[in-house]
Amino acid sequence: MIYFDNSATTKPYPEVIESFLKVSSDYFGNPSSLHGLGVQSEKLLSAARNQVADLLKVKGSEIYFTSGGTEGNNLAIKGAAQAQMTRGKHIITTAIEHPSVEDACYSLTQSGFEITILPVNQLGQIELCDLMDALRQDTILVSIMHVNNEVGSIQPIAEIGEVLRQYPHVLFHVDNVQGAGKVPLSLREAHVDLCTFSGHKIHGLKGTGFLYVREGVKIDPLFHGGNQETKIRSGTENVAGIVALSKAFRLSMNNQLLHHDKLEQIKQYLYKGLNEMDGVLVNSPEEGAPHILNFSLPLLKSEVVLHALESDGIFVSTTSACSSKKRTVSKTVDAMFHDQARSESVIRISTTYGNELDEAKQVLAAIQKIVVNLEKIMRVAK
Amino acid sequence: MKFDHIIIRYGEISTKKRNRKGFVDKMKAHIRWSLKDIDGVVLTANRERMYVLLNGVDHKPVIERLTGIFGIQSLSPAIKVERDLEVMKTAALYYLNQTSEEVSTFKITTKRADKDFPYNTDEINRALGGHLLRNTEGVTVDVKKPDLNLLVEVRREAVYMTGEIIQGAGGLPFGSSGKAMLMLSGGIDSPVAGFLSMKRGLDVEAIHFYSPPFTSERSRQKVIDLAGKLAEINGSMKVHIVPFTEIQLLIQKQIPENYSMTTTRRLMMRVADQIREKEEAMALITGESLGQVASQTMSSMYAINEVTNTPILRPLITMDKTEIIKIARELDTFEISNLPYEDCCTVFTPASPKTKPKREKVNYYESFVDFDSLIEKAVAETEILTIKPGQTFDKPEAMEDLF
Repeated sequence: MIYFDNSATTKPYPEVIESFLKVSSDYFGNPSSLHGLGVQSEKLLSAARNQVADLLKVKGSEIYFTSGGTEGNNLAIKGAAQAQMTRGKHIITTAIEHPSVEDACYSLTQSGFEITILPVNQLGQIELCDLMDALRQDTILVSIMHVNNEVGSIQPIAEIGEVLRQYPHVLFHVDNVQGAGKVPLSLREAHVDLCTFSGHKIHGLKGTGFLYVREGVKIDPLFHGGNQETKIRSGTENVAGIVALSKAFRLSMNNQLLHHDKLEQIKQYLYKGLNEMDGVLVNSPEEGAPHILNFSLPLLKSEVVLHALESDGIFVSTTSACSSKKRTVSKTVDAMFHDQARSESVIRISTTYGNELDEAKQVLAAIQKIVVNLEKIMRVAK
Repeated sequence: MKFDHIIIRYGEISTKKRNRKGFVDKMKAHIRWSLKDIDGVVLTANRERMYVLLNGVDHKPVIERLTGIFGIQSLSPAIKVERDLEVMKTAALYYLNQTSEEVSTFKITTKRADKDFPYNTDEINRALGGHLLRNTEGVTVDVKKPDLNLLVEVRREAVYMTGEIIQGAGGLPFGSSGKAMLMLSGGIDSPVAGFLSMKRGLDVEAIHFYSPPFTSERSRQKVIDLAGKLAEINGSMKVHIVPFTEIQLLIQKQIPENYSMTTTRRLMMRVADQIREKEEAMALITGESLGQVASQTMSSMYAINEVTNTPILRPLITMDKTEIIKIARELDTFEISNLPYEDCCTVFTPASPKTKPKREKVNYYESFVDFDSLIEKAVAETEILTIKPGQTFDKPEAMEDLF
């Protein structure tokens, strides 16, 4: 089996599952309980928090554990909007955000918020001048993803942070679900106020994640209840999942240091191979993230290609897993190229540490074979 | 554009005369320690000032650390540029834009040490001032009380610019006043008392009275968390955890209820004083504030203080609770202190403790009980921890592989 769908989810590291099992069975106390079992759980929770913070070079008190990327993005956007709405009701985001950002923003229009959507160029990046033009007196939040989940384009987060420094009342939220452990980002240097992370994209478990909230930034909670996570996220903490997440994050960051070049090598190999193939259009920018490669087969239906690859034991994705439940149009590819045939026939390959160049060779050969075979059939169908 | 060096001005040390060197050396050592993991920076000192030469390192993290160091009155980052009017203009604008406080008025003060420079002082002032006015919005010149007085010094080798004054922490350098023991209960007051003592140059170690099973591990953890906060100031803090259960049980049994609190405090003092002696410290510090609770009335202090003639420092004695809470919030200790766990001060509190205990009476009650052996035992069994900054808990070895 070749699993090339790591942007949908990653396989948890065995060590991560071990931690989860051990904490679940040996340290099952509620961290809020007064007795010794509770204390142990609380210690684990705080050690996990500090480890995550250390890896990001921020403070433990700036980390809030959540159930994952969708919750993190909703908490950041709705929480910030709620807390800052007396200052203004204008939010800026981009055309290529994950639905949990896009729809969270749209949901706020019912409370009178205005949303400005920034376009992207053919490299899948926003232009800084568009951002500067969009900023207004009543802008309270700018939400821009770090690494795009569909094509892997990287936004100039540090430059955006520099622009926003001139607007101290505007909060800067970054969805870093796809970038974590793959593309370096310094939250402090980029002046990020809010940043979303997800556990299962970095070889942790589903249902875990965290939100970075810079010290001094006020957001309102989505959930009310037991006032866990200093009142920002009520609900008994998923201690086992959180400990496992802190381990997964550490291992992923280590891998980023050690194996980044290999990931890039695999991507460049695929990029070159697909670029030379007839009937294939590569959508990902060459300079994008090292683990995502997106291409279109405008003459074929992407779901057919996906199943053909699956029969060879190769797992890829048509568009982002979250949006494949809707129409199979890639929002990002559409925003980049404004070409319907191209955005309806998208295949995304996403790799991770542990993938080998050999696998990429097999995948490329399989794609080549499918393209040749299917084109014959499709032409008959035409 | 990069900053070249940071100027450090001494606070109260500058009033010292022949013993100034000792203070300066202590502060220098502390600054060196706090910058030790920033490669490239060099610290030089003279009798009046210190300079941190940045050698290309970003100035912000350096300043962030320096503002926490006691003994420093204020800091100013300085920029070094080539002797070219256009470059100087750009640098002046850069300096104005990077200041941490909003600047709405400024003035330029040029000092031309090198008289060969083709522009005179006035011309430089005008050229730079005009450039700043043209390139900013809502910023005006005020020569009397400007928010920023940009000092421009033209020397032979380069032009230096400085002017922003960042307030330092004040106080006296760490350790310059000797060592004292802080009675750290876990409440709001004692960490504040510790902080203020450290500000006056004391090297502080904490003493905590732990009474399991009546007080939980959480109250002990709370004290470790607080010590972790205080440790941010000097890099580490020693915490002496005294097993106090036996003594408290004996007090409950032998001393009349309304005097039990007074005796408890007296015994805490005696234990703390012995630990102080062992650690060669010269004072005890408490978070007492006059009249706040029964044990902090004048009569109570008179009765409790009888057990020792060691100086007892009470930095909060005249402060109101609201003032103390304000400092605790700034220190980030308030949230920790406010956690609702029983601690050594609350667990055995009688319903109506004496607010005016008498020395004769408490001595009379205590005369029937032998506390000395128990005090010795408590001191001997005291556990000593060294807490690192922000450390809330050492991952125990059994848990290490979980992370």
